[in-house]
Amino acid sequence: MVRHTPTLAAPNRRRWWVGWTVGAGLLVGWSWWGTGIDPVAFVRDSGQVMAYLRDLYPPDLSETTLRSLIVAAAETLAMSFLGTLIAVALAAPLAIAASSNVSLTGVLHRVGQQGTVVRSVRWTVYLASRGLLNLFRTVPDLIWAMIFILAVGLGPFAGVLALGIHTAGVLGKLFGEVLENVREEPLEALLATGAGTAAILGYGFLPQALPQAVTYILYRWEVNIRAAAIIGFIGAGGLGLKLRLAVNLFHFHELATILLILYGLITLVDRVSATIRPRVT
Amino acid sequence: MTQATSLPAAPSINRRLSPGAWLTGAALLASTALALWVCEVRPAQLVTAEARRYMGNFIVGMFPPDLSSEFLAFIVRPALETIQVSVMGTLLAIIIGLPLALGATSTLTHQGILRAMPGNLPLAARVGRVLPYALSRGVLNLFRAVPELVWALMFVRAVGLGPFPGVLAIGIAYGGIIGKIFAEILEEVDPRPLEALQATGASRFHVLVYGLVPQALPSLVSYMLYRWECAIRAAAILGFVGAGGIGQQVEISMRMFDYHQVVTLLAVVFVMVAGVDALSAVLRRRVA
Repeated sequence: MVRHTPTLAAPNRRRWWVGWTVGAGLLVGWSWWGTGIDPVAFVRDSGQVMAYLRDLYPPDLSETTLRSLIVAAAETLAMSFLGTLIAVALAAPLAIAASSNVSLTGVLHRVGQQGTVVRSVRWTVYLASRGLLNLFRTVPDLIWAMIFILAVGLGPFAGVLALGIHTAGVLGKLFGEVLENVREEPLEALLATGAGTAAILGYGFLPQALPQAVTYILYRWEVNIRAAAIIGFIGAGGLGLKLRLAVNLFHFHELATILLILYGLITLVDRVSATIRPRVT
Repeated sequence: MTQATSLPAAPSINRRLSPGAWLTGAALLASTALALWVCEVRPAQLVTAEARRYMGNFIVGMFPPDLSSEFLAFIVRPALETIQVSVMGTLLAIIIGLPLALGATSTLTHQGILRAMPGNLPLAARVGRVLPYALSRGVLNLFRAVPELVWALMFVRAVGLGPFPGVLAIGIAYGGIIGKIFAEILEEVDPRPLEALQATGASRFHVLVYGLVPQALPSLVSYMLYRWECAIRAAAILGFVGAGGIGQQVEISMRMFDYHQVVTLLAVVFVMVAGVDALSAVLRRRVA
């Protein structure tokens, strides 16, 4: 018998939906209880939030404010740019070492040519770079910023380092995935012509991996402009620091200007990235 | 040849760089130099005795992690609170995002077979249909443009410390993101089944329920789950500005230079994030 409405009628599918709905309901109930949100207080506090947001108007557009905020915005933009740049420089070699088809197996390694020592060195490099990338990625950029502020002092340099290290972990993982998905045939063709390791890397791996890698770099830059604004909170300078000061000192009108500039900056980076991306892929 | 392979063009060895490439390279170099100057980059600061001592202390101080039973018992509550904040934040984001998404979907306001505007529609009616669309898009942009930590910082000031400002911050920021993506999903629905339904004489309501909803629902649920994964990461960080959860404890331990505790807390965050990722991945595979 042919069933024409399988998705609606299938009883086990319905059971599945019921099960998960109940599960989600329990999760929400537990979270509701845990966060102690009571609807009456919610409405009252929402009023407070609205009052707070109303105080933001009008933005402070005086020349002194604008001048100091534009410097801060430049700092935030520069932080995101340099952080991404450092991340690329760190992630590229680590990703190469952490890709099994480059560092362990594949056309670069002829069968039976490796001794035990060579093999164990390769495995050590491979595992160490994987571990390092995981460490970089797992620790949030805010924590890296706290570490580097204590090491090199307050200011955007600490922010650059924090963004650089954390983003290196993220990009390293993404680059590694791109490298491991490279197609074998062109590499074998190069090998058959007698190409050496450097030539196979440069003319086999690189052209296949580059467009996707550039897309990821641009995407992370978009993430980093937001992150750069946030790590400023804890002392890495830029718009984030101005924002925290304005919030803490109840400078509502300056806060409104900062939010406007932040909005403009994020939109600018998104646009630039969206313009470049289709040209590389 | 049976195998048609399309390979990227091999770069020729003595290729000349185009003027555009030179220009791009020069612009990149100039931006880098400018950024180095703006950010006061002094690599030497990284290797001063003080910096070395500090980094050494940090790395040595991380081991062993603090696994004492008092500390573990103490962090259970903030850890659970982080999960609760992420769940309530995502729920609020859906409550905020869904109606805005419906308003921001052009096929539900002024385009496509459901809402196509007849040529003789008066101007006022036209504006009346496009206005909710423009307003919803504007509000969504605003909610999305401000990062959740910034919302949290403001809400902590407005309603006080605790998980509530965290829920609000995730709800607003993610409401903006969810609203935009939901609108995109709804607009990208295949219009042909809707047209077929309309041709059978189905009412607008039936076109919506039997044409639009079944097509969009799996993507909507799947994206919602993905946002929950992002929310747990965000909730773990929001404590830094006083919005409850485990982030607050990370900040305190950092400030007290107790790196044994920091490592334990980071491990807990890692396990929570990985757990939510895994659960969400399983659910998403079932839904899609």
